[in-house]
Amino acid sequence: MDIYLIGMNHKTAPVALRERLAQVCRLDQSPLEKVRQCRAVDELFYLSTCNRVEFLFTTSDGGRALEEVRELMFAHVGLPRPQLEAHTYVHHNLEAVRHLFRVASSLDSMVVGEPQILGQIKDAYREATRHKTVGVVLNRLLHKTFSVAKRVRTETNIGCHAVSISYAAVELARKIFGELKDKRVLLIGAGEMAELAAQHLLAQGVRDMVVVNRTLARAMDLAARFRASTAPFENLPETLLDVDIVVSSTGAVEPIVTYRDLKPRMRRRKNRPLFFIDIAVPRDIDPEVNRLDNVYLYDIDDLKGIVDLNLTERRQEAQKAEHIIESETFRFHQWLQTLDVVPTIIALRRKAEAIRQAELKKTFSQLPDLGEKERRAIAVLTDSILRKMLHDPIVFLKNKSTRESKRLFVDFTQQLFNLNEERGQSAPSLDSGEG
Amino acid sequence: MESVLLTLAVTFYCVGTVGYLIFLVRDREGVHKASWSVLVAGALCHGAAIVLRSLEKGHLAVTTSPEALSFFAWFLVLAYLILSQRLRLRILGSFVSPLAAVFMFGSTLLPTRFIPSGSLFKSTWVVVHVAALFAANALFAVAFAAAIMYLLQERAIKQKRLGHLYARLPSLERLDRINHICLLIGFPLMTVGLLAGFLYASTVWKSPWNWDPKEIFALLTWLIYAVLLHERLAVGWRGRRAAWLAIFGFSAVLVTFLGVNLFLEGHHTIFVE
Repeated sequence: MDIYLIGMNHKTAPVALRERLAQVCRLDQSPLEKVRQCRAVDELFYLSTCNRVEFLFTTSDGGRALEEVRELMFAHVGLPRPQLEAHTYVHHNLEAVRHLFRVASSLDSMVVGEPQILGQIKDAYREATRHKTVGVVLNRLLHKTFSVAKRVRTETNIGCHAVSISYAAVELARKIFGELKDKRVLLIGAGEMAELAAQHLLAQGVRDMVVVNRTLARAMDLAARFRASTAPFENLPETLLDVDIVVSSTGAVEPIVTYRDLKPRMRRRKNRPLFFIDIAVPRDIDPEVNRLDNVYLYDIDDLKGIVDLNLTERRQEAQKAEHIIESETFRFHQWLQTLDVVPTIIALRRKAEAIRQAELKKTFSQLPDLGEKERRAIAVLTDSILRKMLHDPIVFLKNKSTRESKRLFVDFTQQLFNLNEERGQSAPSLDSGEG
Repeated sequence: MESVLLTLAVTFYCVGTVGYLIFLVRDREGVHKASWSVLVAGALCHGAAIVLRSLEKGHLAVTTSPEALSFFAWFLVLAYLILSQRLRLRILGSFVSPLAAVFMFGSTLLPTRFIPSGSLFKSTWVVVHVAALFAANALFAVAFAAAIMYLLQERAIKQKRLGHLYARLPSLERLDRINHICLLIGFPLMTVGLLAGFLYASTVWKSPWNWDPKEIFALLTWLIYAVLLHERLAVGWRGRRAAWLAIFGFSAVLVTFLGVNLFLEGHHTIFVE
């Protein structure tokens, strides 16, 4: 059994691809629905945020499974294979575990230390359990991941000044406006980051929000969520007259707010400050507007730049975090080593139980006048014979589980009881509880 | 006694300034408390010295350049102490206290010439003239400090280089508001002070306007602040431009207040040498 992780993120993907990733993470359709196409894959976990796509899976046939999951990923991202292939990375076993731990602890984030990623992984895990694509290994791995991320958060200061991009944007707004309570926020377009920024602003006391979107339905949907009003997209320049903070993240190719739009309107605004947070790639707001007095424009790269300033201070904390991750990866590795024994034991038990049930059925049909009491006695009898019979081999296997020689014994047991046909049919579930 | 008090005041202001500069770098409650208390002690000594000197002379002791400058520094510290309590804006101290310390030092360095005190100074108009103008100037000095803070903060935000200062300085809106408030209170005070001066001049020289350099510069300064106030209220000027004009205005105040005293001759010189 091997663990693989294949994916791409903001570090490996160029801007054009990142845009696509951001769209992908808003898709309603989950690739987990197509997991049946991947015959070589035992367990599958899929994570998508606006900065990354990751597929984590276990398999006993690495080559084939990788090929299948690649197909699945490229089909899901929806871009031609040659365009994507160069930007994907593949991690195997320990590397994969370490990568997942780093992602969850927000060490691999665009904004190191940002707290949202853990929630996103939890959501993804919930999705995977809903589709029943995770079993013993990934269940354990994901739960471990959550605890590692929590450890990193509590034992290091990495999330302390923690500053996701949206948080940094809100901090800036406070440095411009001071009090945000009486400020009016305009939300143009939608997207994860924009919504997060909006949530942060609401948390800071903003009460008044306007949503503008090209499609009215989407605007109304957002407006309902943030208790905001809506304004027509065509009227955007006029809407700018009475708002203070603009969060923009449309998919527009051309800037939707230009210097020429804004200049005359600043005078009509009586020069009240206007703060643009442009999260879109490519940009929604013409960079020239930053030249206007009392207009402040920050795009995603600027915000990232600010957050990186904090990063240098946090480098030491990151090292502490890496240490935690290393030791936890090692621990997981140890568990993983016992694991090869576990499915064998489960298969052994399952086979014995299947034989017992079949034989009981045969016997009961031959002796129709047995009473309920006798039947139960026979069932209990056979069960305890099996248990006692299997007890010693199981204990033997468990004892070998941390030794290097265990593969030999596992293999031997499987041949002895002819278990190979049994394995791989279905992933054992956690409830079988031999971990 | 008086010189001891003055020396104490200068020392306190300097210590307070150093304290506030440390406070600018390190955000520690203790540092602020200590600096604030030291400034209060300085202001008390300073006030006592001014009272002693005035009692000795029989009129308000602002008739020599050093006295005037020292009086101004005192008003500035008082203005800061009051405003910092009202506005809860401590970081302002890091910008105002150096200013006060510099003025105070200046007052000890400037040459003192003896002027015979006469009945010329014993008029209510003089007291109104001096008190209102000095209060206005102190407020303009605070506005000047706020304007510098605004420009620093604005630059950091516009250029997207958010360093230490960015973290320590208050929000732009707040700084702009302080500027605005100082202007709103300072301008009427200045107007009253100037009117009192003209009224008094007309009783002494039979004419309110005598083309004295001090008068000309005072009027220019008044015009600068009048323009700033008008632009702010009517056109909606704010932010960077208003900050620059506040700095320009305060430079004009300094020229009127000190430059004219020191470098230009006029009939006002009989009051302040």
